[in-house]
Amino acid sequence: MNDKLNKAIQSIKKNFGVEEHFFSDEYSLIIAPKDLVAICSTLRDDFKFNMLSSLTAVDYWPQGDPRFHVVYQLYSIDDNITLRLRVPVPDDAPTIPTIEGLYPNANWHERELWDMFGIKAEGHSDLRRILMPYEWEGHPLRKDYPLGYEEVQFTFNADKIDEKKPYVKE
Amino acid sequence: MVQLQEVSLDELKHLVSDRALQGETMLLNMGPQHPSTHGVLRLMLELDGETIINCVPDIGFLHTGIEKNMEAKRYEQAEVMTDRLDYLNTVGNNLVYCLAIEKLVDLDVPPRAQVIRVILAELQRIASHLIWLGTQSLDLAAMSMFLYCFREREMVLDILELVSGQRMMTTYIRPGGLWRDVPAEFYDAVRQFLDHFPARIEQYHGLLTKNPLFVDRTKGIGVISAEDAIAWGLTGPTLRGSGVAYDNRKVRPYSGYEEYDFEVPTESAGDVFSRYIVRMEEYYQSLSIIKQGLEKLKELEGAPVRSNNRKFVPPPRSELGTSMEALIHHFKLWTEGFNAPAEYVYVPVASPRGELGVYLEGDGGNKPYRVHWRTPSFIHLQALPILSKGLLVADLVAIIGSIDIVLGDSDR
Repeated sequence: MNDKLNKAIQSIKKNFGVEEHFFSDEYSLIIAPKDLVAICSTLRDDFKFNMLSSLTAVDYWPQGDPRFHVVYQLYSIDDNITLRLRVPVPDDAPTIPTIEGLYPNANWHERELWDMFGIKAEGHSDLRRILMPYEWEGHPLRKDYPLGYEEVQFTFNADKIDEKKPYVKE
Repeated sequence: MVQLQEVSLDELKHLVSDRALQGETMLLNMGPQHPSTHGVLRLMLELDGETIINCVPDIGFLHTGIEKNMEAKRYEQAEVMTDRLDYLNTVGNNLVYCLAIEKLVDLDVPPRAQVIRVILAELQRIASHLIWLGTQSLDLAAMSMFLYCFREREMVLDILELVSGQRMMTTYIRPGGLWRDVPAEFYDAVRQFLDHFPARIEQYHGLLTKNPLFVDRTKGIGVISAEDAIAWGLTGPTLRGSGVAYDNRKVRPYSGYEEYDFEVPTESAGDVFSRYIVRMEEYYQSLSIIKQGLEKLKELEGAPVRSNNRKFVPPPRSELGTSMEALIHHFKLWTEGFNAPAEYVYVPVASPRGELGVYLEGDGGNKPYRVHWRTPSFIHLQALPILSKGLLVADLVAIIGSIDIVLGDSDR
């Protein structure tokens, strides 16, 4: 492992309760939502992780507990090291703290997170849908959101399609 | 009947300044059907006269749900959709997706396949930069450049058609190598392009680089500092125009890029003109990489172009008649595909626009559990309000061209 990356990981491990994951030369830290902002600011200010490469989520419905994992990919241009943070988020009213203040480009990523997964970024300055139309119902990238083999959904035929949908009805 | 919901003013008030609510500034809708927005991008502009106070990009008009769809297809089937994301960088999209699969299942790629991948990716980079140059100069009223650039791009598309049968949606790069070896005509076609193209770049330089009409509209426009560019996640030529020599081909080499001799051009001013110079310089670097690739290809004549790992790569057709095992592998691969472990990887490459990354997660089955595309256009568009604040609408058009967005890439 790269020395600088090792130092960053050890420092985070010392100060916060984290779990480590390693696969094919990539390191991930699984952290609690409440520590997210503190860990990100430590990584950015002390270890020069100055770029948020990517932000996304994974839905482990139905068996996963907690249901979602939000995935942050941080990169340091100066040291050429990369570190992934994974934040487990439970199913009921999923929220994460926003990191918009640390990485300005998290703004759109967190809007996409809300749009696609229904995970709210608390404290976000402009939490609107970004890719789907504003009147859209549901969050398409959730695993219980049905896919394909059906008519395209419009407002006028939404009920008819909903009857045919294979997923569990409330 | 489609029912439109009404949105209360309070929900959208924060997007504009207080002066807009007094009626002192004008709200103007630009796009989604506007030739200078490079596709279906809608911008809501708040203007004071012609000065931009606020610019609010509205995207999603080209949202295709490809990330969702890929979860329902097997690994090798889903690759067909990757071409459709960034339709100007189809080879690059195939490449990054295959690299992610190869990393996830630990699959080898033979050297000859790697060299051909690099050559095609660089040809695609040139083709993509040609579209950028054509449209950027068209936006700045240099009509003839558009036609010249598309003329040259056609040569690259002909080469792609030669190897894959498709001009744009090639799906030629496959997990573990390539679909098949390049035909014998490939070498001459590429060499002809290499001979032909440098003189054309000189012509473009002659038409634009010292042209006062072009320089006046690009120098000092859309300036972003290196720190801001990094914070906003800008990559590729847009970041290199601000003086940061960040290129995934150099810092995290893939497909054997470390064996090629090339430079990462940078400029320091961070304006539209610097980004123009960086991309113009990249034409030469790509040509040099292709030339070195052709040399390497000569030494690897007759070498295999796909991995011999039959659990992931189908056996050659010729073996099916004689080998029972080959037949079984063929049947297994075409009916149920291959399984990947329940792990996750993130693979970034240098697309013509910037860092194109794939986050790929498997669940032990034959379908990707989650694919996320970190697309440069999405992130570059986000910085558009910062780049355009306080400038004129005409400058905005130059800036959109200079961050080189593809809406298929940003909306996914």
